[in-house]
Amino acid sequence: MYEPKIVAYACTYCSYPGADLAGISRIKYSPNVSIIRVLCSGRVSPELVLRTFREGADGVLVLGCHFGDCHFISGNHRTATRIPILRRILEFSGIEPERLRLEWVSASEGERFAYVVDEFTETVRQLPPIERVLA
Amino acid sequence: MVSVGQHENIEILSYSEVEEVAGYVGNFKVNVRRKARYVNQDVCTGCGLCQEKCPAKKIPSEFDGGLGMRTAIYFPFAQAIPRVPAIDRENCRYFQTGKCRVCEKLCPTGAVDFEQEDEIAEVEVGTIIVTTGFDVFDCSRTTQYGYDRYENVLSSLQFERLVDASGPTRGKIVLKDGREPESVAILHCIGSRDKNYNRYCSRICCMYSLKLAHLVKDTTGAQVYQFYIDMRTGGKGYEEFYERVQQEGVIFIRGRPAEIVPRGGRLLVKAEDANLGRLVQIPVDMVILSAGLEPRHDAAEVARLFGLSRSADGFFLEKHPKLGPVETASNGVFIAGACQGPKDIPDTVAQAGAAAAAAMAMMDRGKVTLEPSIAQLDVGLCTGCGECVVACPYDALELVEGHVEVDETACKGCGVCGGHCRSKAITVLHFTDEQLLAEMQGALRVLEVA
Repeated sequence: MYEPKIVAYACTYCSYPGADLAGISRIKYSPNVSIIRVLCSGRVSPELVLRTFREGADGVLVLGCHFGDCHFISGNHRTATRIPILRRILEFSGIEPERLRLEWVSASEGERFAYVVDEFTETVRQLPPIERVLA
Repeated sequence: MVSVGQHENIEILSYSEVEEVAGYVGNFKVNVRRKARYVNQDVCTGCGLCQEKCPAKKIPSEFDGGLGMRTAIYFPFAQAIPRVPAIDRENCRYFQTGKCRVCEKLCPTGAVDFEQEDEIAEVEVGTIIVTTGFDVFDCSRTTQYGYDRYENVLSSLQFERLVDASGPTRGKIVLKDGREPESVAILHCIGSRDKNYNRYCSRICCMYSLKLAHLVKDTTGAQVYQFYIDMRTGGKGYEEFYERVQQEGVIFIRGRPAEIVPRGGRLLVKAEDANLGRLVQIPVDMVILSAGLEPRHDAAEVARLFGLSRSADGFFLEKHPKLGPVETASNGVFIAGACQGPKDIPDTVAQAGAAAAAAMAMMDRGKVTLEPSIAQLDVGLCTGCGECVVACPYDALELVEGHVEVDETACKGCGVCGGHCRSKAITVLHFTDEQLLAEMQGALRVLEVA
């Protein structure tokens, strides 16, 4: 067993406040996650995700608003089409697609944020460290 | 409403629907469908002769909650502005059978025009205030209270029509058979604070239930029972009114009734009195269901038209609950009233004033301040593939002569284009590739140490 390193890209208007709420509510969640704020989950380019793995992240979490709630009207729809394709590319290149996950977390879902993070951490923990996969 | 109708700087487009909103703050172009009302608004004097003489008289009035009747050519309600009637095609004898035209013959100014068709008006505006209001919860959804089955179970809005001096009974509180009720039960939180329908508190029902109880006490000798979960009488003078109604002899029972069953010509309200800790069964003559507030049925469509977001309960989302209560995610579009969330009249008036002031201030300034985080384009790198143009939620990007141009006023900086661009021609200021990369590397280093 090892401690996986996970980078979460969270959108400014739903998921980042959701993470904030988890903190304010003193909900415990896995310390393996580091959150990076983007304005919209649609900002997360495939290249950024790949480079995050390249730099040594064992898992990448992309967090956006639920459908219909996106502050940027339809930004999350773009994310929703992009990430599944990217997962297929990862699988094709020999990287477990489970390492990349897209989840919707609203600003009121502090508990859900903690749950998603914990669950994802445990999923990634079952996989070998990324260095071994990319080596 | 009359003074709004007469104001020289205010133009009311009633019986109309917004079909398309284009442009951006300061330069909105709005297409409005002006529905055919089959009455020429410029000629009609609002005398009401057509309504009086229309032969189709047995149409349940929407405004009276089905308690009263209206005609096929009608004013939606007595104070409607502008005072011009409309013809309801579904019920008009001429439209249904091809014969009648009584209103046309009788109209002293010749305003009735059966050939009228929908028109599209293009309006250019600088700012928009959305005040589309709410829908009242449909009481027939709570089947245990028999709203559709028992004739003396009324919704709060129906009862409101009953006590109105210009309503179907001229203000007399009567049962369906014409008797005056001896006892009335008022059930709070119908469709509110209930995980089967809406979880939120509709906020106005406690106070209007107290008002209705007061009106019953005022005009009849009936006993009034209020079934409540919690009394929420926050607001200036509200708690005092609650006390006054208590002193008038209204009985308050803490508990949401389980069901209503008919018993010997009356209605039996079965509930638990949580304060006494026992079950109660109270026979009454009339039941009023205090219906909650819901987002308009077409709120999703309106949100899409105006670029608004909605909160989890379906109401329109303000920019910030404390610091931007009337602003929205779309620059130049404001919201006020119950479309933003359930609220009473004083709060609605206050919010409407705030929205009007915010909109005026914006137009008076003549300039807009933009968020600094917007997309920038490197023309040298752009291949003109157009992927970003399709992806942009705000139509802020445009293909011009083989490369993309950014409309800086329309761009909100979401960065979806940057996420899409294959040739790295788009830089999203404050969220550039370099910045995100550096942040990601730093984050990983922190995790490494931990």
